[in-house]
Amino acid sequence: MLDTNAFDLRKYISRNPQSFAVWIALALLILFGLIRYENFGGAYNITSFLNYNSMFIIISVGMCFVIMTGGIDLSVGSVAAFTSVVAAYLSPYGIEVALPGAVLAGVCFGAINAFSVVILRIPPFIATLATMLGAKGGALVISGAQTISVDWGSNFTKMGMEKALNILPWSIVVVGFVVIVLWVVLEKTTLGRTVLAIGGGEDASVLMGLKVNRATAFVYLLSGGCAGLAGVILASGFGAGQPLEGIGWELSAIASVVVGGTLLTGGFGSVTATVVGALLLGLVFNILNFENGKGTISFSAYWQMVIRGGFLFAVILFQAKVNAGRSVGKTQS
Amino acid sequence: MTQLLSMSGINKAFAGISALSDASLEIEPGEVHALIGQNGAGKSTLIKILTGVYRRDNGVVHFNGLDSTISSPREAQEARIATIYQELNLVPLRSVTENVMMGYEPKFFGVFIDWQSAHKRTEEILARFGIDIDVRAPLGSYSTAIQQLVAIARAVSLNARLVIMDEPTSSLDTSEVEVLFGVVKGLKEAGVSVLYVSHFLDELFEICDRVTTMRDGKTVDCRNIAGTSKLELIAGMLGRDVGEIEQSGMTEFNGGAKGLEKGEILITAEGVSTGPRLNDFDMTLHRGEIIGLGGLLGAGRTEVARAIFGVDRLVKGRLDVKGGTGNLDTPAAAITSGVGFLTEDRKAEGIIPDMSVRENLTLALLPKLKKFGQIDRAREKELVDHFIKALGIKTSDMEQPIRELSGGNQQKVLLARWLAINPDVLILDEPTRGVDVGAKREIQSIIREAVENGVGVILISSEFEEIVEGADRIIVLNEGRIVSELENPGITEEVLVRALAQTSEQTA
Repeated sequence: MLDTNAFDLRKYISRNPQSFAVWIALALLILFGLIRYENFGGAYNITSFLNYNSMFIIISVGMCFVIMTGGIDLSVGSVAAFTSVVAAYLSPYGIEVALPGAVLAGVCFGAINAFSVVILRIPPFIATLATMLGAKGGALVISGAQTISVDWGSNFTKMGMEKALNILPWSIVVVGFVVIVLWVVLEKTTLGRTVLAIGGGEDASVLMGLKVNRATAFVYLLSGGCAGLAGVILASGFGAGQPLEGIGWELSAIASVVVGGTLLTGGFGSVTATVVGALLLGLVFNILNFENGKGTISFSAYWQMVIRGGFLFAVILFQAKVNAGRSVGKTQS
Repeated sequence: MTQLLSMSGINKAFAGISALSDASLEIEPGEVHALIGQNGAGKSTLIKILTGVYRRDNGVVHFNGLDSTISSPREAQEARIATIYQELNLVPLRSVTENVMMGYEPKFFGVFIDWQSAHKRTEEILARFGIDIDVRAPLGSYSTAIQQLVAIARAVSLNARLVIMDEPTSSLDTSEVEVLFGVVKGLKEAGVSVLYVSHFLDELFEICDRVTTMRDGKTVDCRNIAGTSKLELIAGMLGRDVGEIEQSGMTEFNGGAKGLEKGEILITAEGVSTGPRLNDFDMTLHRGEIIGLGGLLGAGRTEVARAIFGVDRLVKGRLDVKGGTGNLDTPAAAITSGVGFLTEDRKAEGIIPDMSVRENLTLALLPKLKKFGQIDRAREKELVDHFIKALGIKTSDMEQPIRELSGGNQQKVLLARWLAINPDVLILDEPTRGVDVGAKREIQSIIREAVENGVGVILISSEFEEIVEGADRIIVLNEGRIVSELENPGITEEVLVRALAQTSEQTA
């Protein structure tokens, strides 16, 4: 029973080269930040960084599940905007009502996606594009196109502004917990393996007798729920429901997933690497802010986007190089 | 003895076209039962009805004494019917363990997969097949043969009462086939029934008890295999007389017999090397000639084809096509200078499943069909029509998606794709693999006709009959090197087998 499965780093790297690449990039960037900027490693920067990025981490992980089946969910940004408004309306009843309420709203959008994809057989790109527009419109309708202030008297804002045990922000604690649960689901349950198998070959999965429809529906419900949670964090952290937020979040999420080495065609992916991918992209912004703070060079927000795009390109290029050595599914007789 | 499975009066139509009419099948417990028939005879459809992939229009299915209500592959598995489909239906990106255990993983608390035991169980199951591999690696990193055995291992490990094998040996070599036969015999001893579908009739005599023959969607015959001859089986599949077939030989080829004058030289290869799998290859191909490449799996036959077609770069040597100097370094250049390459892997490299017969047929031809920058549709239709008639392609019309055609007809479309460019050289890699007897003969006569019209053909085939009767010369390869050359007439299967055997001894 012993040893055969002891963690072998070399084997891990050779089998997961893309995750390896993303870890290295993260380490390098942190090291760069620590050396160059005085307050980079300070408690304030770390907490605010994690607090802000918890939203992106959670929608990226939801997106990761969808992409592993070979699908895509374009609606996450709009759904997060919608649910942030829902959370703001529910905030007087406290976080214990607002959080489940907003997540449920997100799951409802996910249910629409799941219905379109699984039952109506509409391609995910189209189905979730429709939901994206619908949720965006819906957010504007229920808010009257205004930001909706939360009830500061209730415990709702604790989620986005206070720390658990005075160590970590509640947002990152909640997100961390969900991420761990989802990691277990992916790695240790039939449902998770079915998600991967679908992306690797949907017909084959059906013929193997796997519950393909159930798993496909699950990923869209999950992604909707994750977007709902992101909406709660958004409303709680900024003290208001934000119907106009969330534009382009789906693309950031897809970028994080891809940087994490998950195949866009499905069948291969990892929760941890996606989290690292999200952190990596967030960190680029963080570092650019510090750079601006130093005052030697100043990047406008527009230039920051350009730089982020360039960085994304570099990471993906690096991955492709690392991957060139391995060849899955391309064996010659 | 009561039947394990009895299907009778099964009808099934797709979009108004009848695929099965009054088909039946009966299998006894602990029996190895062969199901044969040409492609398109309805074997696959019948199996898919049994396993719940398709729904029957009418008819009765009894399994294990009960009226069967199986309506999905999952339910079939729960009824303990395991199926190994002809096209590999596994997930190459996922690990071997996942592919074997998927849906039946050992678990802690009924929820969390116990990977340790899963890997161990998989290793044990594979050990029964004599396979010792890293089960944690992605399945796609192993050869097709191993993947096939893994598919079989999965099916067998499900404790089935009936195991259905659809062409299980098409990608296995001789020793692997032996392993498979051992497993089939073991299943039989354990009282499990096996439904065995194969185009390799010789195999059936080795392991099967009874054989059911299908033709045009009907069950035409069911008999004990003992006391039956191969010719009788072929005659049954084709619906022809035994005597008629005996006269015309087993294949439609007449390699070397015609004594044709050798035409101009089409290809000269001198000392061609593309890497460890092909070294110092010499060959001269003339017009109106078929050169066969002999050798076992991995001997370098496909590599020769890839080199000539400009897929693999030459490391060393010279390769002249049609007197032109220099190598063709891309497939596009090869096609332009009149070289066609019918690949071995029809599904992955040949057809585009969702495109129509017409589109598949004219893909390689599009540049030539352009008139004033537009595709000349009328001319295209005319051409497609011509080939559908000339090659006897069975399709409802030219706009039918190619995936709906049987394997033999898909292969004919691919052959037509290359014939349509008026090639000088045709490279055919396993042109009749997975194709039924009738279509095989038709394809062979199409090839022969092309050769008589001056095409030079390089033929790769694992079927000795085909290569022995077909080729004017056979170049025998082993481990990427030429080991001998045989001239027709005068080659017999024994001669070829001896040449192959000697080479393996030399290197062993």
